[in-house]
Amino acid sequence: MTTGIALQIGQTLLALVLAPMLMGWVNVCRAWLQGRVAPPLLQPYYNLRKLFHKDAVLAHDATRLFRFAPYIIFACMVLAAGIVPTLANDLPFSPAADVIALVGLFALARVFQALAALDIGTAFGSLGARREMLIAFLAEPALLMVFFTASLISQSTELPHIVDRLAHQEFALYPSLAFAAVAFWMVSTAENARIPVDNPTTHLELTMIHEAMVLEYSARHLAMIEWAVALKLFTYSTLGIALFLPWGIAPAGDLNALPLALLALALKLAIGGAALALLETVNAKMRLFRAPEFLGTAFLLAVLGMLTHFLLEV
Amino acid sequence: MPETTLLDWAWAVVLYWLGLAAASLALQTQAGLTRWVVFPLGILGAAAMAVLGALALASPPTQFILPIGLPELPFHLRLDALSGFFLILLGVASSGVGIYAIGYFRHMAAGPLAVLSLWYHLFLAGMALVLLADDAYAFMVAWELMALASYFLVTTDHKIPDIRRAGFLYLLIAHVGAVALLLAFGVLHGSDPARMAAYSFDAMRENTLNPAWASVTFLLALFGFGAKAGLVPLHVWLPEAHPAAPSPVSALMSGVMLKTAIYGLLRVSLDLIGAPPAWWGTVALSLGLVTALYGVIFAAVQSDMKRLLAWSSIENIGFIIAAFGLTLIFHADGKGALAALTLTALLYHALNHALFKSLLFVGTGSVLHATGERRMGRLGGLIRFMPWTAWLMLLGALAIAGLPPLNGFVSEWLLLQAFLLTPGLTQPYLNMAIPVAAAVVVLAAALAAYVMVKFYGVIFLGQPRDPELNEAHEAGWPERLSMLGLAAGCVVLGLVPSQMIGWLNPVVEALLQQTLPNDGNWLMVAPLSAQRASYAPLVFLAVVSAITLLVFFGVKYVYHGRVRRAAPWDCGYPELDARMQDSAEGFGQPIRLIFSAFMRVERITPDPFDRQPQYRGDSRDKVWLWLYQPIAAAAAWLSAQASRLQHGRIQWYLIYSFATLIFLLVFVTR
Repeated sequence: MTTGIALQIGQTLLALVLAPMLMGWVNVCRAWLQGRVAPPLLQPYYNLRKLFHKDAVLAHDATRLFRFAPYIIFACMVLAAGIVPTLANDLPFSPAADVIALVGLFALARVFQALAALDIGTAFGSLGARREMLIAFLAEPALLMVFFTASLISQSTELPHIVDRLAHQEFALYPSLAFAAVAFWMVSTAENARIPVDNPTTHLELTMIHEAMVLEYSARHLAMIEWAVALKLFTYSTLGIALFLPWGIAPAGDLNALPLALLALALKLAIGGAALALLETVNAKMRLFRAPEFLGTAFLLAVLGMLTHFLLEV
Repeated sequence: MPETTLLDWAWAVVLYWLGLAAASLALQTQAGLTRWVVFPLGILGAAAMAVLGALALASPPTQFILPIGLPELPFHLRLDALSGFFLILLGVASSGVGIYAIGYFRHMAAGPLAVLSLWYHLFLAGMALVLLADDAYAFMVAWELMALASYFLVTTDHKIPDIRRAGFLYLLIAHVGAVALLLAFGVLHGSDPARMAAYSFDAMRENTLNPAWASVTFLLALFGFGAKAGLVPLHVWLPEAHPAAPSPVSALMSGVMLKTAIYGLLRVSLDLIGAPPAWWGTVALSLGLVTALYGVIFAAVQSDMKRLLAWSSIENIGFIIAAFGLTLIFHADGKGALAALTLTALLYHALNHALFKSLLFVGTGSVLHATGERRMGRLGGLIRFMPWTAWLMLLGALAIAGLPPLNGFVSEWLLLQAFLLTPGLTQPYLNMAIPVAAAVVVLAAALAAYVMVKFYGVIFLGQPRDPELNEAHEAGWPERLSMLGLAAGCVVLGLVPSQMIGWLNPVVEALLQQTLPNDGNWLMVAPLSAQRASYAPLVFLAVVSAITLLVFFGVKYVYHGRVRRAAPWDCGYPELDARMQDSAEGFGQPIRLIFSAFMRVERITPDPFDRQPQYRGDSRDKVWLWLYQPIAAAAAWLSAQASRLQHGRIQWYLIYSFATLIFLLVFVTR
């Protein structure tokens, strides 16, 4: 039990520490692909430190909701990072939430973000909140279908069981999972405010979604949000790994497999981050009202995956 | 002398409420006494009802025959686990709303207040009797008492024509539904229909109908109870009647009265008819999903806060009916444990909805009192002037949006588990269709979050859209106490799902002869098996609040907590105006674009050079246009034809009587 708790805390801290680096890695890769001089890999950490040192500037009318939202969003992401099996399987927090509850946790963070954006009453804040909630309600059904397809094989929505079934019991490739994985990729670009649904580097009023919501934040509040965004990308990546590429995650209670698990994780994240940068380089951001089509495609792919499971794998 | 049973006590509470109703008539000049004596006594009754219901969950059913009613059919009353559960719902929600009513009606004159108190307590008594009735006659009498009392409550401000119109629509649909129920009971009698006793529920339970008649009964009951619950396309009265009624009444109607229809549906289909075939479930599931989606889409485009909540009630009823449909499907297929899971989700959600919808409705009442405004486009920024109301409403909004760790999420989670576990049904088409249907539930749930961000953000956050809002005052202490209680209910029900499922088990067992196996412990709920899924809301809350506080104080300690106040930045735009925020219409615009097929949008947009621009946008329900307007036109046409018979001359009327007499004589002598 104590090893379990130690592992749990270790894994969560690792996610906390590694998340900005994943963000930095994506930025480095993107700069290379676009022929620019890359920023240092550790740039996100420098940014965080700078932000923590600054004085927070709050609008005159900002309420407590606005001030507390960054901490709540951050806490939600930390819990999510603790639940997804990243290094070791079957940790003490895992039974606290299955994948559906995990979606609920992300939704909680999102609603607080949107409410905080509405709090000061700027035009951009409400624009961002509206668009964010729009993307969210389009993405969630597709995400559920992905989870459903992934959980059909193990007959469980518990991540440890899904991982256990795929990684530790029998080696098999499932065509249904291929469909689901593509759908998951599409949904996670939307959920993480990445191209082609949103552009994390823009401040153009016509296109921004997530950035419009955090315009009024500064200093430590902004740092919490930036860190939470990085954690969310990290958690989504590890979630994708757990669902579709779980090989390498240490089985429950097996401490000797941890170094290998760490190596596997680093490798998968490096490749995944590079792939994300590549896709962000070759794609353009699409118009907001194309998002329903994009996420509808993701939904249909996930349904196809499910039907494939019923037709080929049962 | 027989022992006093729980049912005797419940009947005593009903009589007590009837007595209070009579007493309020006697106090026509004493507004203070009505508010400070009659209403609090009514709350005591409600609390007692909740306790009786809770005790009834664990006790065997008790029956009781009253010496009133028809000659051969005296009133039968019965209190079993199902009635007990709904009595808890009634008692808890009406206690909360009752406390609110004490404060809310403080400006009402003594005369109207006495009338209101009369109908209010008759309404409570009617709803309790519906839950206790054990024969068709008593049930219909109670059902009518409930419908009429609520009609008079809706039309409290009857001097406003729109409110009279809303009340009439409500009364009309309530009675179309009641006729269907009457027919349903007419088909569903016992084996010896010549005797009145065949219409007691006991006789109906013993009699088995042939499948065709059973299906007719089910469809009639679905229609009748659906009209009361707001099932699409019978939902049109809800968005009219709920905004028309005073807020505590809207809260009771939405929170409790709609649930009596759910009670009736469960009672008739699972208890009285018994052995439902799977296709009933498919019908209910499809109607429920359509209702949920339809309700939430229209909720997203509303700009009147109470109308928005009314549409959201339609959505939640759709959710409950979908769970009901799944229960029937699993029950018919012999999947007892899954049926128990969906029924648990259904009951849980009914109770949840009673709590958070009451909370939100009474909260809008406080906003209405403070600002005199129901249009969300004129509100904004109220969190600064009414912090109690705003923060408690935030809990309600998060709960209804289905966010963990509050109660709305638990029932949603349970239902989604049931959807995901369908593989293994004997009908292959259901195996594939039901998981896709789960996506509709998720879509509706995610849209509900959209709706609640809009509702809360436009009313309570941002800048006041009207300078007069700066004088908005906080609600009085009875209102705050009531909202505090209802919000606490939302939190507690969200945190202890395992215990709740344990308490719901007797109800589920009474209907399905099966309980929901819970593999979890006090901390964690794990329906069916911990291998499949589990959820621990207390861990959620503990971890999220611990990290929030830890990080908050950690950052302050390691770095600093310095804060500077400045004007909002807004990308450097200097002239920020409250009118630049999204209005309610603006926030709903994406929904209007994406789901334009569902609604007819009427818009008046101003010319860019207009000095006094006027904007109006209205999204109309297409069901009203396609279904109700033709029916209304047909009814008007028929009455116009019938009026041709009326000439106002007595000779013609005598000829009519004569012809009728001849006609009847021909039939009788044959």
